[in-house]
Amino acid sequence: MKEKPILIETIDLKKIYGADEVQVNALDGINLKIYEGEFVAVMGPSGSGKSTLLNILACLDRPSQGRYILNGEDVSGYNRKELAFIRSRQLGFIFQSYNLLPRLTALENVMLPMMYQREGRLIANERQEKAAAGLESVGLADRAHHLPSQLSGGQQQRVAIARALINDPILVLADEPTGNLDTKSSQEIIDLLQRLNQRGRTIVMVTHEPDIAHYTERILMIRDGKLASDQKNGRRGAPKIQPAAHLPEKRTRKKEKNR
Amino acid sequence: MNYRETVKVAWKSLLSNKLRSLLTMLGVIIGVAAVIVMISISAGTEATISEAIHGLGSNLVFVSSALTRGGPGQPVQGGLVYDDMTAIRERVSGVAGVAVDQQANVTVKYGNVTLENVVIVGTTPDYPTVRDVQVGAGRFFNEQEQQRAQKVVVLGKTVAEQLFGESDPIGQNINVNNTKLTVIGVLAAKGLVSGTDFDQLIYTPISLVFQKFTPSQFARIMGDRVRQIIVSVDPNANMDEVVQQITILLANRHKVSLDAPDFTIRTQADIIQAQESTTSSFRTLLGWVAGVSLIVGGIGIMNIMLVSVTERTREIGLRQAVGATPGDIQIQFLTEALMLSLLGGLVGVLAGIGGSWLFGSLSGMRTVIVPYSIVLSFSSAALIGIFFGYMPAQKAAQLDPIVALRYE
Repeated sequence: MKEKPILIETIDLKKIYGADEVQVNALDGINLKIYEGEFVAVMGPSGSGKSTLLNILACLDRPSQGRYILNGEDVSGYNRKELAFIRSRQLGFIFQSYNLLPRLTALENVMLPMMYQREGRLIANERQEKAAAGLESVGLADRAHHLPSQLSGGQQQRVAIARALINDPILVLADEPTGNLDTKSSQEIIDLLQRLNQRGRTIVMVTHEPDIAHYTERILMIRDGKLASDQKNGRRGAPKIQPAAHLPEKRTRKKEKNR
Repeated sequence: MNYRETVKVAWKSLLSNKLRSLLTMLGVIIGVAAVIVMISISAGTEATISEAIHGLGSNLVFVSSALTRGGPGQPVQGGLVYDDMTAIRERVSGVAGVAVDQQANVTVKYGNVTLENVVIVGTTPDYPTVRDVQVGAGRFFNEQEQQRAQKVVVLGKTVAEQLFGESDPIGQNINVNNTKLTVIGVLAAKGLVSGTDFDQLIYTPISLVFQKFTPSQFARIMGDRVRQIIVSVDPNANMDEVVQQITILLANRHKVSLDAPDFTIRTQADIIQAQESTTSSFRTLLGWVAGVSLIVGGIGIMNIMLVSVTERTREIGLRQAVGATPGDIQIQFLTEALMLSLLGGLVGVLAGIGGSWLFGSLSGMRTVIVPYSIVLSFSSAALIGIFFGYMPAQKAAQLDPIVALRYE
């Protein structure tokens, strides 16, 4: 693991809200290295700054001070447009509340990030095929033309995962991906993420559920804007429940096990 | 995101809220239609008026008296006299015909029918040619009858019908202010031209008007003065030259300087021009009134787009998260606003054309659809879409993705 290249490096990362008297240091000097292929959980009580950290890592927000180097590129000083390009090209997101567009079908939701690609754009038919393959890989081939409102929470989150992966990002960021799900659906999602990671995908996940965090290999504890601990985690064994889905790398298999 | 995709996304978003999109467009539809209908009505009126002016007869020069009174007891200075007409006819080249026009109000009786306040026009035999009126039955009076002040009269169509109904008026005697006149002709219907209903007039030799129908208290000061001389210019002659000749001739005859003449000369072109400037300012006014409703429609678009941006805050955040730049978001909302206004404009153009036609056929007023009104209103709608769509689009583009994603 150690020989793997560094994907994320933060140097004395700070995020300060307000000014003077009412100044709040949401992040107070975070130094962090995440290597390619890692599955990292970020934990901490609410208000600890873990969401702020994730937003900065996700290029949705900019640090007030310090540097953030993503894949060898210092993005700390990028403007909104440049950050949008980084998000489009290199990042995938999974949200607690899925954030699927309600008027679009599952397939169209998965296709959405391709619309904003600047390079290597595919024509409409190719995009559709790619999105269909993505849905198949999360076990939702037969739900492609359903609207989000016709899907269960777990299914919606799997659509969101397919969407996050569609542009083949180097880093997947998940913000409480199981926060709105029941135990069984949570298990499915975490299994899916674990499988993705086993295929080499780097994942950073914010969670407050220790159970979920234990599926990762490294746990970062954030407290009061500081990195309180950084522990290797003896990864739990094989998932108890078989994942509902195949992974993107195994798109050739057609047969789905539906639950 | 390429433009086709942007248009598709915008179209889908409008379709997802059909009623709202339709109501929003309604403002623009009404505005555009109003511009087209208003302009078509004023253009129709304009065409009617201009045809009426042309209907006065072609190539006319109107010479009018500009009387200046010397004060009580003083003789009237200047003004046109009957002989001026003769002089114009004889001494000005390029004149096709000359007629005078001296009017008086009279009471006309025939049998038991009495018509009060009929306008009697004292004129000359050239009148039908000059004013482009046709004699329907019988004939107009001739030069001899004019010189001898014979008691003959030609009736306008309406007057003839009122007095005689179905029976033939030719050869009958009517009583005009207690003078017995013989009807020798009836003019064909000409109708209302430039405010004068030719069918309501009766026509008689001017010499007779001087003798019989000028009120006695005016007779002394009026003499053989005439209100107006109408000159019909030969189509091949130069109108400006004719006007110049008349001006010099009359100035010499009246011994007045050209700077302070006691007459005014207007050509038909002057009248048309004056009329056109009135109607075109009327048209501009109507256009502006309709334009205001177009602006109100634009404000409607802005209003709905602002609501839409607020409603779709999360969508905007998500689109940004998956790679949309602020520019992408701005273009998307601008396209939606533009689409609303262009669709509204298109429907408005159709509604305007239909509305003009409907209004014309229901009201009997003439409407003329002017192509420039379509271009003008449609392009205004497009401009309004961009103008009023810009602010909401800007608002959407400036949303912070983190805040937008958390928006409930």
